[in-house]
Amino acid sequence: MQPEQPSPENQHEEAHLPSPSVYPIGFAIGIVVILVGLVINPELISSIGAVIALVFGFLWARDATRDLRGEPVAVEPERREMVEAGAGETAPPADQQGVALPVVPETAVTRSHFLEGATIGLGAVIGGLITVPVAGFALLPSFLGQKQHKVDLGPVDKFPIGSWFIATFIVDPAQGEVSRRAAFVRNNGSVTDPSTKKQVPSFTIISNRCTHVGCPTQANGPQGPTLGKPTIKEHTANGPAEFVPVIPAGYGCPCHGSQFDTEGNRTAGPAVRALDRYGFEINHGRLVLLSTYSVSHVVGTGGQAQIYKYKSTGPGQHVDGPEAWFYPLQPPHH
Amino acid sequence: MATTYKRKPTKAEIRREQMEAAVMYPIDWLEERSGLVGGVKYFLFRNVPSDINWMQTLGSAALTAFLVQAITGVILAMYYTPSVQTDPATGQPVAWESIRHITDDVTMGWLVRGMHKWGASVFIILMFLHMGRVFLFGAYKYPRELNWIVGVLILVMGLMEGFTGYLLPWDQTAYWASVVGINLNGTAPFLGPWLAQFLRGGQEIGGETLTRFYSIHMLLIPGAIIGLITLHLYLVIRLGVTSPPWSKEAAGMEPAEDGHAPLRPGLTRPVTRNGNGIAAQGEPGGQK
Repeated sequence: MQPEQPSPENQHEEAHLPSPSVYPIGFAIGIVVILVGLVINPELISSIGAVIALVFGFLWARDATRDLRGEPVAVEPERREMVEAGAGETAPPADQQGVALPVVPETAVTRSHFLEGATIGLGAVIGGLITVPVAGFALLPSFLGQKQHKVDLGPVDKFPIGSWFIATFIVDPAQGEVSRRAAFVRNNGSVTDPSTKKQVPSFTIISNRCTHVGCPTQANGPQGPTLGKPTIKEHTANGPAEFVPVIPAGYGCPCHGSQFDTEGNRTAGPAVRALDRYGFEINHGRLVLLSTYSVSHVVGTGGQAQIYKYKSTGPGQHVDGPEAWFYPLQPPHH
Repeated sequence: MATTYKRKPTKAEIRREQMEAAVMYPIDWLEERSGLVGGVKYFLFRNVPSDINWMQTLGSAALTAFLVQAITGVILAMYYTPSVQTDPATGQPVAWESIRHITDDVTMGWLVRGMHKWGASVFIILMFLHMGRVFLFGAYKYPRELNWIVGVLILVMGLMEGFTGYLLPWDQTAYWASVVGINLNGTAPFLGPWLAQFLRGGQEIGGETLTRFYSIHMLLIPGAIIGLITLHLYLVIRLGVTSPPWSKEAAGMEPAEDGHAPLRPGLTRPVTRNGNGIAAQGEPGGQK
C-alpha cells in the first residue's frame, strides 16, 4: 500500500475560530472600572467604566457577528512550510499508515511532560498551601494556649480543722456550668514546713475524678442533710460554689466500682493510681485552688501525709512502674 | 417510538404515543448528554449469579440504613443547637433543650429523632450481618480483598459516628459516656493522651468538645463514609457478586443459564490475567 502523504488540509486541522480580538479585553477592563468605581466613586468612575464596557461590548459584538453579516473573515494564512516525508523524521512505523513521526530525543522534556509535571507540582503546592493552615487550625488549638485556672473557694474560716467537705465549683467562668468540678476538701490545720521550719496551713484537696476513666467518685458516708449540717453556698470570684459537709469512709466510683480510701489511695477496682489532688494557696485568707497533680500513692494522713507526686496525667494512665513507660509525653496542659 | 399502524390510530393510541414521547424526552435528553441512564441501567441489570439469595441483600440494607441516617440527620440538624451555654428561659443547657424541643414540640420530631437514634443501631447491626455473610460465603477472597478492607473502614467510620453522636443530647448519660470514651482513648500507649486532648479540644471536656463532636459527626465522617461507599459499590460492580459456597453452578456442575462456561464464584466478568480468563480451581479448563 502506498503510504498516504500528509496533505496541507490534514496539517491544518484547527477549528474555524474568529481571529484574535482585543475587544473582550477592553470590555473586561470596562467591567473592572465599573466595580472599582462602585467602591471609590460610583457616579464618575463607574460611568466611565460603563462607557468603556458599552463601547467595547458593541465592537466585540460587531466583530463576533461579522461572519453572520456576510463580511469576509480575516483568517491568518498558513505559514508552515511543507515538509517532505522522511526529511528529519524517523521511518514511519508500520502501524501508523505511513504518517511520519518527528524525532524526539529521549532526554528531551516534551511539552506534554512539562505540562503534566507543572499540573501535578502546582496542584501539590496549592494543596499544601490549603492543607497546612487548615490542619494547623484543626489540631493546634487543642494543645496551645491552655490556661491555668485558679479557683477561688472563699474564706478559709468556713473549713473547721479536720472536717471534710464536698466542694463543687466552677473552674472557668467563661465556660460556665460545664466547667463545674468537685473536690473533697479537709483543713488539716497548721503544719511545720520541713524546709523553712515555719508553720504553714495544710489542706487535703482531692479531685473526685476517678483515675480509671474519669467518672465522678462519690464520698462513701453520711453527708449534708443526713449529718444534720447545713450546706454552705457561696458566691466566689469564679461563680457559685457549694460545700456539703461529709464524713467519708473513702470514695467510690459509680461507673466501674473503683474504691479509694480517704487519702485517695486506691483500695479496689480498675483504677490505676490514687486520686489526683489540687495544689492550693492561701490568698488574703481565701483558699485558692491551683492545677491538679497526679499521685501514685499516699503514706500517712492529713498534714503528715507523704504524697508521691507526679505531673498531671489523664485518667487510666500509670504514673509509676513499667506501665508508665507507655506515657512518656503528655500534651501541654495545666 | 414511531409505531406503524395498519389502520388509522385511535385517539387513545395517539395520546398514548404522545405520553410516551413526553416521558422519554427528558430521559433521552439526559442520556445523550451524560450517559447516566445507561450507567444506571448497567448497574441495575448487570449479571449476577443465578443462585444468589436474600443473604446478598444485607449490603443494600446497610446502605439503606445509612441513607435513612443521612436524611434524618440533615433534618435534625435544622433544629439542633450544639451549645453548652445555659438557656436562660429554662435553666438547661441549650443543646439538651434543643433536643427536648425536637422530641416534645416539633411536629413529628419524636419520629425523626427516633428513626435517627434507633436507625444508628440498625446501621451497625446490618453492617455486622453483612460482614458475617461476606465472611461465611468466602466473598472476601481474591480478587475482593480490597473491598473487605474498604468495608472494614466503613464499619470503623460507622462506629465513630456512634461515638460522636452519643454526646450530642448533652444529658448525663451522654456526658459521662463521652468522658469515659475519651479517657479510654487517652490510655492508648504513647499517643493516647494527645488523641484524648484533641478529642476534648483542650485539657477539659466542655463547649469545644460538643461543637467538634457535632462537626465530626455530621460533616467529616459522613463525607468519608459516602466516599468509601462509592468505592465499595464500584468494586462490587467491577468484580461482581459471589455465589454461595454451596453453588453448583460456580463449582462447574451445572452450566450457567446463558450456556457459557460456568463462572468462578461470582466473577460475572472474567478479569484477564496473563491473557487468560481467571478460572476457578476444579473448574473445567481451569488452572491445573
